Amino acid sequence: MHRHRVAAARWGLYSGRPPSFVPDRLPECRIVHETPEIQVSSVSKVFGPRPERALERLRAGADRDALRREHGWVLALDDLSLEIRRGEVFVVMGLSGSGKSTLLRLLNGLHRPTAGRVLIAGRDLASLPRRELLALRRSRFGMVFQHFALLPHRTVRGNVEFGLEIQGTPRAERRARAAEALELVGLRGWETRRPDELSGGMRQRVGLARALAVSPDILLMDEAFSALDPLIRADLQRELLALQARLRKTIVFVTHDLDEALRLGDRIAILRDGRLVQVGTPAQIVASPADDYVARFVSGVDPARALTAGVVAVSHGVAGAAARPASVLDRLREAGLTCACVVDPGGAPHGLVTADELARLAGADAPIGDAVLQPVRTVPADTPLAEVIVLAAADAAPIAVRESGGGPVRGIISRQALLAGLAHRGATLVGDGKGADATADGPETTA
Amino acid sequence: MTGLSAFRIPVGRWSEEAVNFLLDRYDGAFHHVSSGLYIVISALQHGLAAVPVPVAILVLALLTWWSAGTRAGIFALAGLALIANMGLWGPTMVTLALVLCAELIVFAIGFPLGILSAVSRRAERTLRPLLDLMQTMPAFVYLIPAVMLFGLGLVPGVIATFIFAIPPLIRLTSLGIRQVPHDLIEAAEAFGATPAQTLWKVRIPMAMPTILAGLNQSIMLALSMVVIAAMIGAGGLGKNVLEGITRLEIGAGFEAGLAVVIVAIVLDRITQGLGHGKRRR
Repeated sequence: MHRHRVAAARWGLYSGRPPSFVPDRLPECRIVHETPEIQVSSVSKVFGPRPERALERLRAGADRDALRREHGWVLALDDLSLEIRRGEVFVVMGLSGSGKSTLLRLLNGLHRPTAGRVLIAGRDLASLPRRELLALRRSRFGMVFQHFALLPHRTVRGNVEFGLEIQGTPRAERRARAAEALELVGLRGWETRRPDELSGGMRQRVGLARALAVSPDILLMDEAFSALDPLIRADLQRELLALQARLRKTIVFVTHDLDEALRLGDRIAILRDGRLVQVGTPAQIVASPADDYVARFVSGVDPARALTAGVVAVSHGVAGAAARPASVLDRLREAGLTCACVVDPGGAPHGLVTADELARLAGADAPIGDAVLQPVRTVPADTPLAEVIVLAAADAAPIAVRESGGGPVRGIISRQALLAGLAHRGATLVGDGKGADATADGPETTA
Repeated sequence: MTGLSAFRIPVGRWSEEAVNFLLDRYDGAFHHVSSGLYIVISALQHGLAAVPVPVAILVLALLTWWSAGTRAGIFALAGLALIANMGLWGPTMVTLALVLCAELIVFAIGFPLGILSAVSRRAERTLRPLLDLMQTMPAFVYLIPAVMLFGLGLVPGVIATFIFAIPPLIRLTSLGIRQVPHDLIEAAEAFGATPAQTLWKVRIPMAMPTILAGLNQSIMLALSMVVIAAMIGAGGLGKNVLEGITRLEIGAGFEAGLAVVIVAIVLDRITQGLGHGKRRR
């Protein structure tokens, strides 16, 4: 389920410079016409006295460091724009001081932007009177904190009921909803304990239950699992995904941990010094880092897990039933391929045609429809490369990659493309053959 | 030096004039306050005196036991019995009434002021020198004006005790509320809490141990005022101490002094237990 959403979200690539993997390789844009749940447009945030003046200085050419030296201004976010869609897990990643926590707090109005606008379901936070801002926080947002932020003088139930209490929910309903939320996070039976009797992992479950109890549309998670030890953390990540599969909240998850980002995110935004460096699906981030900073981040990632079949598939290897054998042959040679996948007008795969067979057809001036086809194996585009490797090891024949959900064939993966994908993974990776033999300029810089 | 005192700033005369002004202008008001306080304090005093001694001892000992454990409970039982045995129960109840009455006012005024000085910088900056003054100005200095304004007896005793005992409660209430971890306040705000909700549901409960420590300190200071209050006719154990000293009856003075210490320890254990022990139970 998660993987499917990864694929669905793939169209939304954005980065500072044009992505190196070719836009026409992206599937048909399945644009859903709805306002994004969260819109952040050109937001800057400066901490310090008279922050507007800092922005003036910035426009006049001063940089971050100069601002800090001059008046102690801290430029937390610098002209940042992004959109977060309903029901997606949107991970904001960056090192400490990159502005990711500030960004999270702008979303529910705990911080006010110095410039720019934050829209929640189309409503500008800045335009809301205080009372409505509070109402919005109460009804739409749940927040989970790195250090849990539970009230030590209250029981587990008392903590989970907190948000409902703030809303003025009657006692009986509070109880029922708290019980529901505790059930969701697997803490039934712990209602009367106090936080200091619980382990870290359980405390954060209470934190999560407290956020879920108010039935929010948007869940803000600030380094929610960062204070936990690795095993507990992995557990909670898994459970969050399971919960998300049922509840379909919009989750904004802040983390400094790339593995966590890749595991949880439908899309990931990478922040550096208050600027947006790249937004994309986990596979996009790993396959084509926007710059050296991101490349360094992803250098430790196992590409077999992070990359998907769709990213390394080569579209040159797809031939329509009406294509001329000679031109298909040229394309194959150019891409260094030995087979092409013949597809019908709807994009469904018929089978593989070898270069030899194409040469024979070209010689006989016969249409591609006359070709003798080999059976073809297909995988959905969101299959992890690790699984493709198993298939490729079993049989040398290329594997066709279809859009997930039985869509048209996007391209084929030869053993060569697969190895190139695993080896390069850099900016030049997805190269329709061109990329496969170009020297990578990414990995070398990733010491 | 001589140059500095060439023109003498009449600080002393100003203060006299201020007191006289208050006397002329607001004598009626002070009179009302005085009689109001007198009603409260004599009610307390008579109420305490009406409780049979063994019952009172048992109740106080049980309270101490509940709040601070077995050892403290046994100490309270023995100590209070000793007081009764020394024939000092009556004055002890007068002293207790005075302290309780002063603390009632201390809490009624000090707690809100503590909150105010926690949430408002300006209030804090205004209050701080005032609190310093109340704590360090020798009690005798305001004892006489207190007598002039409120007459002799228990009432000025309560007022003087109040002045001396309120600063720690204000300071520690303010400190406790300020020290509440930021992430808890942020959590409350993230769930849409109003400032008042944050105050009552997060800040004050979180600050409660510190606030109770302030109350405890305040009670201790109030007890230390007992002897001084006796100088203006407040009665109670302080009176016995004074009599013992002035008549050179060292034994009588010591007995009364010991009774003050016992009451102080019992009240201390009760209030300290409230601050620390409750959460563990």
